[in-house]
Amino acid sequence: MTQVAEQGTSVIGKKVLRREDPALLAGESKFVADLDVPGALNIFVLRSTAANARIKAIDTTAAKESKGVVAVYVAADLESEWAGPMPCAWPVTADMKNPPHYPLAKDTVRYVGDAVAVVVAEGAEEAADAAALIEVTYEELPAVVDLEEAAKDTHLVHESLGTNTSYVWELNPNPEALERAFSSAKYVVSERYIQQRLIPAAMEPRGVLAIPSPIGGDYTLYSATQVPHILKVMAALTLGIAETKLRVIAPSVGGGFGSKLNVYAEELLCLALSRRHRRPVRWVEERSEGGQATIHGRGQVQNIELAADENGKLLGVRVSLIADMGAYLQLVTPGVPLLGAFLYHGVYHVENYGFKAVGVFTNKTPTDAYRGAGRPEATYAIERAMDALARKVGVDPAEIRRRNLIQPEQFPYNSPAGLVFDSGDYPANFKVALDRLGYSKLREEQAQRRASGSRRHLGIGISFFVEMCGLAPSRVLASLNYSAGGWESATVRVLPTSKVQVVTGTAPHGQGHETSWAMIVADKLGVPLEDIEVLHSDTAIAPHGMDTYGSRSLSVGGTAVHLATERVLDKARKLAAHQLEVSEEDLEYSSGVFSVKGVPGKVMPLAGVAFEAFTAHNLPDGMEPNLEASVSWDPPNFTFPYGTHLAVVEVDEETGKVELLRYLSIDDCGNQINPLIVEGQIHGGIVQGIAQALYEEAVYDRDGNLLNPSLADYLVPSAAEMPSFELGQTVTPSPTNPLGVKGIGEAGTIASTPAIMNAIVDALSHLGVTNIEMPASPERVWRAIQDAVAS
Amino acid sequence: MYPSKFDYVRALSVDDALEKIASDEEAKFIAGGHSLVPLMKFRLATPSLLVDIGGLHDLSYIKDEGDHLAIGALTRHTEVEHSQLLQAELPMLSYVASLVGDPQVRHRGTIGGSVAHGDGASDLPAALLALDASMIAVGPSGRREIPAKEFFKGFLETALSPDELLVEIKVPKGVSSWSYKKFNRRAQDWAIVGVAAVKNGSTKVAFVNMGSSPLRSTGCEDALRSGATIEEAAERAAEGIEPPSDLNASSEFRVHLAKVLTRRALEELS
Repeated sequence: MTQVAEQGTSVIGKKVLRREDPALLAGESKFVADLDVPGALNIFVLRSTAANARIKAIDTTAAKESKGVVAVYVAADLESEWAGPMPCAWPVTADMKNPPHYPLAKDTVRYVGDAVAVVVAEGAEEAADAAALIEVTYEELPAVVDLEEAAKDTHLVHESLGTNTSYVWELNPNPEALERAFSSAKYVVSERYIQQRLIPAAMEPRGVLAIPSPIGGDYTLYSATQVPHILKVMAALTLGIAETKLRVIAPSVGGGFGSKLNVYAEELLCLALSRRHRRPVRWVEERSEGGQATIHGRGQVQNIELAADENGKLLGVRVSLIADMGAYLQLVTPGVPLLGAFLYHGVYHVENYGFKAVGVFTNKTPTDAYRGAGRPEATYAIERAMDALARKVGVDPAEIRRRNLIQPEQFPYNSPAGLVFDSGDYPANFKVALDRLGYSKLREEQAQRRASGSRRHLGIGISFFVEMCGLAPSRVLASLNYSAGGWESATVRVLPTSKVQVVTGTAPHGQGHETSWAMIVADKLGVPLEDIEVLHSDTAIAPHGMDTYGSRSLSVGGTAVHLATERVLDKARKLAAHQLEVSEEDLEYSSGVFSVKGVPGKVMPLAGVAFEAFTAHNLPDGMEPNLEASVSWDPPNFTFPYGTHLAVVEVDEETGKVELLRYLSIDDCGNQINPLIVEGQIHGGIVQGIAQALYEEAVYDRDGNLLNPSLADYLVPSAAEMPSFELGQTVTPSPTNPLGVKGIGEAGTIASTPAIMNAIVDALSHLGVTNIEMPASPERVWRAIQDAVAS
Repeated sequence: MYPSKFDYVRALSVDDALEKIASDEEAKFIAGGHSLVPLMKFRLATPSLLVDIGGLHDLSYIKDEGDHLAIGALTRHTEVEHSQLLQAELPMLSYVASLVGDPQVRHRGTIGGSVAHGDGASDLPAALLALDASMIAVGPSGRREIPAKEFFKGFLETALSPDELLVEIKVPKGVSSWSYKKFNRRAQDWAIVGVAAVKNGSTKVAFVNMGSSPLRSTGCEDALRSGATIEEAAERAAEGIEPPSDLNASSEFRVHLAKVLTRRALEELS
């Protein structure tokens, strides 16, 4: 037996290698595109080349005659397939405008990439060849591209709405007090930041395979999705299929970052066409197609104002932003700004708070949740603005933060936005980070460089983040008008041979749940890790679940696993006590064996208990057979991970190139189950946030054309651009769940973007640079320097 | 993405390759495929026949031929990068090859493929232009040698005719000092601007991605010949050149970068 969780040598907190990795590394994992189903049809979706246009005519004659083509459909041909429009699950206000959205555009296309026709063919290449023969005649209308222009309603995305504004959402508990805070302030900073659009670019593009049963009217839908459970419900409703007749399976899924947290046209098209043709139907996304057809992230214009007293202590925070919805509302599009709405004061204590978001339609790919979803935007705004405040007050950026941090004795902290921050010691975390970086020494080095007249400028960037994750208490979701709950379910089943099945409602797509959930159960039951199998992402095997997003899986799903394991153990104890003819209190449990206190040799291993539960020959009166328990757990609160991220950069004044010299983070995600996975999440997260700061942007021209959908032009960074990260931790367990865990999936992304941008501005602040738009390309940095020097 | 339909044959010899390419007007040679396949996937290139020369192993070599080095067209970037002969005699070429793409690209891509593709944004063509290399091509009318200055004609356009095969690259020895400055945002990318500077008797300066093909900086070279300082010569680097604008850099910024990078390269030479 290897890796047994001996008493006192718990597997929790150990760097256990991920059990998912051998198959992934050897290419054995099966993704949707690997599923070879005999007789499957392939579809190709023809997409609009115009951003805003009326469809005058579509000629499919030549395409229909093309080799291998089974059918070609436009919107009107498929109307009878839809029981309802595509779902948006988050109507954030009662009067939110949500125009109907169907898998194929009918009379009007509203973004480049909008689906206008679908070719069904034997082969994928044949479908693509035929699609090239379809002739669409467009009458082009002016494209709505810029957010602030969109808000003016000069041109409309949806004419019937009469406006581009989908909703206005406000949080302003005490407007008069907020006004007073600003009018009495010694210092007010007013900053405007642009959150550019980002393409999620998961390593595996999307893919769908719908298989109808030959008899019985059942369907199996394979999809590269983060949300098989949500997809099942939504697809059943949209297609008018009984939920009992639909099984959704997410096979190996190669990353999502929120982009696969959705219900997409192609999922519905494959199901509908498999119903129509009685054959399996498959669609695999092309990479550049994905740049247009899969949701984008971010897309905001933010205005943030800070009011502070003579010591730089915050008196008020006021935020107003415009959020880009894109052309339609996808699953949770309008809710993304709300996930940040409560966090624009960051880790700083403030009494007065106001937030307002205006969601506007544009003729661009719909936006939706992307790693961090709302919280990176909030953290960026407050952390950049705190640096601006430091400059205004004339103190070091570290000092302005120290003066404003929420203090340990304030926890649980009742935030001005109405949240209750669970736990934390912010000053301690901050100090560890600055000390480990050698912050004051670096400031001295920076001063020396400046004095020497060097044109390679040193910059130090601070970002101290807090996020709310562990989505989510269902009652809180109700108060935000979200249409589903935030619970998670788990079943733990000890089989007759004492092997253990764990069924989870989470849907891992790279997070390593199979490893971490097995560790939680192994620790509790004292059985070998390899005896535990974790089942997931198949609605026939795991019927209940709320899936994986928002750093929720461990704190909500892992807790459900933990609680189900406890219940199994409670039942096992009762059964063991009965068999050993002692009371439960006389039993001890260690390393998978019940023993009677003080009676050496009087023992019963879990294997024996499991077999007795199976035969049911000798159960206590009233006890049901089988050793199994299921739990659905609804968290009482969010969790609030936090941490300090520090970046050191060198900026070449002549070329504008930014070199990242060091990156250090001290994260506090509460207790850690598997630090190896925690580090992996932090690494990937930091890179994804740096990507926004330095590399990535979905660039649209004035006509609404996406200029860089391919990975040749959309600059996803790689390890080659990164320094070796210096990671550390503090641990303040969360009181929200029995595991004391908080979540780490999004932390790096939330924290790193402002750390980098603050470092760049810090490097150039003595030249008069106060802001640079993202991504901070060499040309942008160079121009910012030219402008500052000129003025 | 899905390329258009095409046929595929493997060439068994240089003669066989020439015969096969002549059989179809829309045929293209393919070696490592790292320039052609992406174009095909975007359907920007739609050859009806691919003649795979990847099996012509006798076109993969690096030889010392006295006053010059001869590099077979099928020599992969990684071999150029790690060749002891090149590292001793022409270290610049090894260095430039080490900057092409990423390790996977360098293990498949060939020097001949990069040169025949003639991309103004590629590293090796500009380096060979600065090194005064020449290209050996064979075709139905025999074998000919084309100096680099006459080889690169325009956007993805070279002096090769469609029925000719590039077989060798000849690079003169005698380089006393060199510098190669590649400016990009990600390690794997094409240069936003690249500068190759070579001292071999006179000083030659060539640019990557400053035009539709690799270019020599006549302004800078003229200035140096007439005794200008490094600063003065660098200031004239982009004379007569109108670089493209794209998402990575405007034309104006490219001109600025060319001057800065030329100055830094020349400083390294002296």
